[in-house]
Amino acid sequence: MDTAVDLRPCLIDVKGCRQAYHKDASADLVVLEDVNLTLREGEIVALLGRSGSGKSTLLRIVSGLLKPTAGNVTWRGRPVTGPTDGVAMVFQSFALFPWLTVQENVELGLEARGVPRTERERRAEAAIDMIGLGGFENAYPKELSGGMRQRVGLARALVVHPDLLLMDEPFSALDVLTAETLRTDLIDLWVDGRLPVKSVLMVTHNIEEAVLMCDRILVFSSNPGRVAHELRVPFPHPRNRLDKAFRQVVDDIYGIMTRRKPVETRAPTAAPVSPLAMPLPRVGTNVMSGLMETLAAEPYNGRADLPALAASLQYEVDDLLPLGEMLQLMGFALLEEGDIHLTELGRRFVGAETDERKQIFAETLRQHVPLVNMIRQVLDERWNHRASALRFREELEDHMSPDYAADTLRTVIGWGRYAELFSYDEEAEQFSLEDIE
Amino acid sequence: MSATKYPSLAAGWRLPNLWDAIAFTCVIGILVAFGHGAEGTLVPISQPGAIEVSLDPSHLPEYALRTTLRMFAALAASLLFTFTYGTAAAKSRRAALVLVPVLDVLQSVPILGFLTFTVVFFMNLFPGRVLGLELAAIFAIFTSQAWNMAFSLYQSLKTVPADLSEAAVSFHLTGWQRFWRLEVPFAVPGLVWNTMMSMSGGWFFVVASEAVTVGAHSWKLPGIGSYVALALERRNIGAVAWAILAMLLVILAYDQLLFRPLVAWSSKFRFETTAGATAADPWVLRLIRRTRLLKPGGEALGDAAAYLGGLRLSLAGRPRAARETRPSWLIDAAWGAVLLAVLAWAVWRVVSFVSQAVSWTEVEHVVLLGLITLLRVVVLMILASLVWVPIGVWLGLRPVWARRAQPLAQFLAAFPANLLFPPFVLAIVYFHLSPDVWLTPLMVLGTQWYILFNVVAGAAAFPGDLKEAAANFRIGGWLWWRKVIIPGIFPYYITGAITASGGSWNAAIVAEVASWGDTRLQAHGLGAYIADATDKGDMAKVVLGVVVMSAFVVLFNRLLWRPMYGYAQRRLTLA
Repeated sequence: MDTAVDLRPCLIDVKGCRQAYHKDASADLVVLEDVNLTLREGEIVALLGRSGSGKSTLLRIVSGLLKPTAGNVTWRGRPVTGPTDGVAMVFQSFALFPWLTVQENVELGLEARGVPRTERERRAEAAIDMIGLGGFENAYPKELSGGMRQRVGLARALVVHPDLLLMDEPFSALDVLTAETLRTDLIDLWVDGRLPVKSVLMVTHNIEEAVLMCDRILVFSSNPGRVAHELRVPFPHPRNRLDKAFRQVVDDIYGIMTRRKPVETRAPTAAPVSPLAMPLPRVGTNVMSGLMETLAAEPYNGRADLPALAASLQYEVDDLLPLGEMLQLMGFALLEEGDIHLTELGRRFVGAETDERKQIFAETLRQHVPLVNMIRQVLDERWNHRASALRFREELEDHMSPDYAADTLRTVIGWGRYAELFSYDEEAEQFSLEDIE
Repeated sequence: MSATKYPSLAAGWRLPNLWDAIAFTCVIGILVAFGHGAEGTLVPISQPGAIEVSLDPSHLPEYALRTTLRMFAALAASLLFTFTYGTAAAKSRRAALVLVPVLDVLQSVPILGFLTFTVVFFMNLFPGRVLGLELAAIFAIFTSQAWNMAFSLYQSLKTVPADLSEAAVSFHLTGWQRFWRLEVPFAVPGLVWNTMMSMSGGWFFVVASEAVTVGAHSWKLPGIGSYVALALERRNIGAVAWAILAMLLVILAYDQLLFRPLVAWSSKFRFETTAGATAADPWVLRLIRRTRLLKPGGEALGDAAAYLGGLRLSLAGRPRAARETRPSWLIDAAWGAVLLAVLAWAVWRVVSFVSQAVSWTEVEHVVLLGLITLLRVVVLMILASLVWVPIGVWLGLRPVWARRAQPLAQFLAAFPANLLFPPFVLAIVYFHLSPDVWLTPLMVLGTQWYILFNVVAGAAAFPGDLKEAAANFRIGGWLWWRKVIIPGIFPYYITGAITASGGSWNAAIVAEVASWGDTRLQAHGLGAYIADATDKGDMAKVVLGVVVMSAFVVLFNRLLWRPMYGYAQRRLTLA
C-alpha cells in the first residue's frame, strides 16, 4: 500500500506477525494473523479496531512486552528480544504506582536507567511542567482526577525521551471533555516539536480520535486480527471535526468497519462450519429495542448515518457496531456502507406491544441463532426439561476463546429469557422450562 | 463434528441415582458418627476407658471423630456468641463502648494459660462426669475461635451500605426482618471466611486442651490431641506419625465437605458487583444443588429460615423517620459512672490478688521474661519475612504456581504445629542444642504460613498494568523490589504478619517448654513461665504471666501493627 519510497529512518518493523494462545485439546486461539507494520520517524499512527481485534496485543509486541508466536520484529534494524529502551508506553488504566507521588512516578523510569538524582529531578520537573502538572508534584495519584492521572502517565513516558511513544487507548477511560483537552494538548506539543519523541503509535477504537490525531490509520478486522485496511489522513493540524473532508474520512472508515465479513455471508446450512461458531457480543434486549425505536422515530425515520448516530447517542464504535450487527443478524436492520436502516420486521417490532414483541423476538431468535434453537430442542427432548449450561459452554469453547464463549452464553441466556424460550438457574447453571408457558 | 456431540447433550441424568446415592450415604454416615460421638460424653469419669487413651492406631478414627465433634460444638458456641455479642456491639452505642475494646483485648489474651482454671470450673459444674472435661476442652477451643468471628460480624454490621439500609427502612422492614434480610446476608462472606480461619486456629488448642494436668491430677479425653500427648510421653514416634496422618485426613475432609462449599455459596452474598476470581463450584455444592432428594429438603429448610427471618418481630415498633435525636446526657453519664466503678473494682481485685502472692521483683522478672519472648517473636517475624516474602512473590506472580501453592499454604496454616514438635525436640536432645535458641523456631512453625499465603495472594492480585509499566520502563533488581512489588504486597503482608505474630505469642506457651518422655526442655521466656506456673497450679503466677503477656501483645499491636496497617491502607492500596 505504501507505494512512495519513504526515506525517513525506520523505527519499528513488524513482519508476518502471528500471535496465538495455546488452548488445551482443540485448536490454538489466533489473535493476530500475518500482520505487517512499518513505523518511521515523524508520524503518528493509529491502530484502529473493535475490541478483540488484537490491536493492543500488537502494541505489546511492538513494545517488547510480548513475544509473538511467529514473525519478526525489529527495532532500528535490530531484532526485539525484550522491553526496548527507546519505547515508552502510556496505559489505558494509567498504571500509576499509587504509593509514589507524581514526581516519584515520573522519575521512576529515569531511576531505572541510573540517571543521577539531580539530573532526574531536573528532567522530571521539566516533563511535569510541559504536560501541565506543575504544582502537583507532591500529590499521590489517588488525589488526582482521571485527566490529571493520564497527564502523569504521559509525563512518565515522555521524561525518558523515548524515540517511540506507545499509547494504549489513552483517552478511553476519560470523560468526553477531559479526553478532548488532552488530545489537543498533545497534538499542540507534537506540532510545536516540543514532544521529545520521534513517533507515536496509538491504539484506539474511537474513529474520530484516530482521524483527528493521526497521519496514518491501520484498520483492524477481528477474529483473527488482521490489518484490513490502511489509509493516510492528509490534513494539517489543527484539524476541524466539522470539516467536510474530515467527515468524509470518518464516513469511509465506518464503511470499512461495517463491511460484511466473509464468515457471516455464508449460509449456515451450506457451510461445514458448526452453527455454534458464532460469537455473540454482550448486547441486551433493552438496548436493541431502544436503538430500533430511535431509528424508527424522527429524525431518522428508519435510516441513519452511523457516525451521526454514534455522535448523537454518545456511543463509541465499540458500542454501536456490535449492536448494529446483532440487529442485522436477527433481521431487524441492515448495515450498508456506514449506514443502518430498519427492515420491515424491525418496524413491526417497534410497533408491537410487549407480548407481541417477545413473540417476534422468539421467532426470529429460533430462526437466526442456532444455539438458542439447540438449547430449546434439548430441553424439549428431556424428560425433566433441564440441561446443564456447562455442556453448551464446552461446545462453544471448541469454536472460540473461553471469554467469547462465556459472553455468547450470557447473551443467549438474556435473549432466551426475554423471549421466554427457556429459563435459567444461575446457581445450578442449568437451563430449564420452568415458568415457561 | 458438532453433530456427533448432540447425543451427549441430550443424555441427561435419569432419576435420582448417582448424585443422590452419594449424598444419601454422606448424610447417613454423618448422623451415625455424630450419635456415636455424643454417647461418650455422658459416661462417668470412673468408667473404664472414659478418659483413657490407647496408642493403637485402630482407635484413631474414633478419636478423630471425638475431636472433630468438639471442634464443631465450639464452633456452634462461637456462632452463638458472634450473633449476640457482635450484634449488641454494633447496635448499641453504649454497649459498643465496652464490648469493642474488651473483644480487642480478648483477642490478645493467651487463653492457653487459663486452661487449668477452666478445667476446674467445668469439672465442678458436672462433678464426676466426662461432660465437665468435654466442656472445658470445648471452651478452650471456643476461645480461639470466637473473637475474630464476632469482630467480622461487628464490622459488617457497621458497614451495611446506606442505600440498602434506607431501602429496608422505606419498605417498613422491622428490626428483626432487616437483620435477617439485609444485615446477616451482607455479613455472610466475611463471617464464612473468618469461621474457616477460626477452625484452623482451633486445632492448635484441641491438641493442647485434650490432655490437661492440674497440679497432681491429669486427664486425657479421648481425641487426637491426647493421643499425641500420650505418644510423646511414651516416646512413640510411630504413633505421632499416625496422629499426623489422621489429622491431615480430618482437615482435608471438613475442608472439602464443609468449607469449600460454604465459601462458594457465600460468594453470592458478595456486595461488590465486580466479578472476582470465580472458581469452579466445589463438588459438594454441586452435589447438593443437583440431587433430587436433597433439594426438596434444602428448600424446606430454606423456607423455614425465610419464614423465621420474615416474622414481623420488632423491639422498637415501626421504624420512624431518622431524626438526629441527641443521646441523653444523663444516661451517658450514669453509664460512664457504672463503667468506671466496674473498672476500679476489677483493678482492685487483680492488684490485691496478685500482690498477695507476688512481689515486685517477681513482676520485674516476668517483664524481663516478656522482653525475651518479645525478642524471639521479633526475630522470628523478621526471619520468616525474609524467607517467605521472596518465595511468596515468586509464586504469586506465576498464576499456575500460585493456584497450587495457595491451598497448600492455607492447609499448612490450619495444621496444628504442635504435632510437629516431636522431631524438633528429638533433634535438640540428640545434638545437645541450646533450648533457648532452638525451641524458638517452634513458635512460627504453624504461623509462618499466614505470611506466605497472604504474600502469594498479594502478588497474585498485583495489577497487570503496573507489572507491564514496570517492564516497559525496565525497572529491575533492587529498585523493582523497593518501588514496585514490596509496596504492592505490603497491605497483604501486614495482614499476614499480624496474624502470624499473634499466633506466635500464643504458641510461646506451648513452644518454650517441650518434653519427650522424661526429657524436659525449657527456654527462658514468658511462655515457659506461664506453662510452669500452670503445671504447679500457681494461680497468682499464671494471672501475672497472662496479664503481662496480654499487655505485651496489646502494646505490640497498638504501637507497631496498627500504625503500619493504617499506613498501608492509606497509602498503598490501589482504590
